[in-house]
Amino acid sequence: MSLFATERPKSGFSFENCARNGVLEKTGFTAPTAVKTGTTIAGLVFEDGIVLGADTRATEGSVVADKNCSKIHFLAPNMYCCGAGTAADNDMVTQKISGELELLRLNTGRMPRVCAANRILKQMLFRYQGHIGAYLVLGGVDTTGPHLYSIHAHGSSDKLPYVTMGSGSLAAMSVFESRYKPNMKREEAMQTVRDAIAGGVFNDLGSGTNIDLCIITKDKVDYLRPYDEANIKGQRQGSYRYARGTTGVLNTTVKKIDYDVTSAAIKQLEVMETD
Amino acid sequence: MSIMSYNGSALVAMIGKDCVAIASDKRFGIQGQTVSMEFPKIFEMGPQLYIGLPGLATDIQTVAQRLTFRVNLYELRENKRIRPKTFMSMVSNLLYERRFGPYFVDPVIAGLEPVTHKPFVASMDLIGCPMVTEDFVVGGTCSEQLYGMCESLWEPNLEPDDLFETISQSILNAVDRDALAGWGAVVYIIEKDKVTTKTLKARMD
Repeated sequence: MSLFATERPKSGFSFENCARNGVLEKTGFTAPTAVKTGTTIAGLVFEDGIVLGADTRATEGSVVADKNCSKIHFLAPNMYCCGAGTAADNDMVTQKISGELELLRLNTGRMPRVCAANRILKQMLFRYQGHIGAYLVLGGVDTTGPHLYSIHAHGSSDKLPYVTMGSGSLAAMSVFESRYKPNMKREEAMQTVRDAIAGGVFNDLGSGTNIDLCIITKDKVDYLRPYDEANIKGQRQGSYRYARGTTGVLNTTVKKIDYDVTSAAIKQLEVMETD
Repeated sequence: MSIMSYNGSALVAMIGKDCVAIASDKRFGIQGQTVSMEFPKIFEMGPQLYIGLPGLATDIQTVAQRLTFRVNLYELRENKRIRPKTFMSMVSNLLYERRFGPYFVDPVIAGLEPVTHKPFVASMDLIGCPMVTEDFVVGGTCSEQLYGMCESLWEPNLEPDDLFETISQSILNAVDRDALAGWGAVVYIIEKDKVTTKTLKARMD
C-alpha cells in the first residue's frame, strides 16, 4: 500500500505478505491462531417473530481473550445475525453485508428480505471457499413473516424453525430438541433460548460469561445485552495497591498538551441588595 | 516455534480515573540473542492517542509507519484529530485487508477521547478483531503472565500515580517470567493535560 497521497487505496483484500508468510511457514515458524469465538449461538422462531441468543466469550487458543464480546451483529433494522468461528471474519462479513443491504434498500425502496441477506451471505462465503471462517445464525422479520437461517463458512445454508451453531451447539440443540414447540409465546421462547445458551455456557469450554438475547418482531427489536449475567466476577478480598514511589524510575519526561478553549462566557453576577 | 515469539515483546494498557497508561518492554532480540535494549514498541498517533505493537519486529515498524501515513491523511482530509474509536477501526481495517497474509502484530491502543477525555483501551488480534474493555488489555509473548498480574493488581478508579505503580509492577513482574521480553520498560501515563513518560529500573537479564 505504498502510493502517492493523492491516489485512493484499492479496496478489498491485499495479498502482498503471502509470499513472505509462506517462506516463514516453510522455515518452521508457525503462524498464530486468530481470535475465535468458541461460542454457543442459537435462534428460534416463535409466534410473533424470532429470538436469537448468544454467549459472550472469545478465545485465543485456550486463553479467554474477551470475557464480554458481542456476538449478535446488526444487519438491518429488521434483521440480526449471530456469528461463530473467526471473530474478525464475523465482524467484517456482517458489516459488509449490512452495508449492501442498506444499498439494496435505497435502490429498491423496500425493506430488504431475510432471504436476500441469506443469498448475499452464502454467495460471498462460497466465493472464498470457506477460508472466511464465519458460521452464522441469521434471523429477521420481513413482510413475508419471520425467517431463520443457519449459514456455514463454505456457503451452505439451512432454513429451519430452530438452529444452533458453534462449539456449544450440541448442548444448545439438546435443549431445543426437548422443548421446542411451534408457535410458542414470547416469554416461553425467551426462556427456552436462554436455557439453550446456558447449556453451552456451563458445559462447553469454548463458551462462557453472559447470555445475550435479541427478540425481533414485526414492530420492534429488543436487544438485551446482557439478558442474563450468568457468571459474575467474585469480590476481591484484599487490596494489592503499591505505595507511591515503589517502582524505580530511571528518567521522567512530561509533555504538556494544549487545551482547546471551546467557549468563553461572561456571566454577570447578581448584585446583592441588603436593606 | 511461533512467529510471534521470534522477537519477544510485552505490552499492557490500563484504564484509571480520567487517565490511561500504556507500558512496554524494550528488548529487541533475534530468538535467543538480544540485539538492542532500546527498541520502541509504543508509537504516538495523536497528542493523547498511543498504539503499542507487540509481535514480529519488522511488522511492528511497518504497521506503525503505515498507520502514521493513514492518520496523517485522515487529519488532512477531515481537518481534525482522530478519535480513539475511529483509530481502532482504522487499525482493524489495515490488518483485515491482509486477512490471508497477515502482519504478525497484536495491537494495543490507549487514549483519551478528545473533548470528554473519557479513557479508552482496546486490543486486537493479528487480523483486526477489535476488543474494547473497561479495565486493561495485554499483548506480547508474556501475555498470559500479564493477564495474571493485571487481574490481580488492577482495580477501578486508580489515580494517575497509583495507576503508574500498578501498571509498572504488572509489567516488571510479568517479564521476569518470560525469557524473551524485558531488558527495561517504558510507561506512558496519558492525562487530559499532559503525557508523562517514565523509563523503569528493571532487571537487565
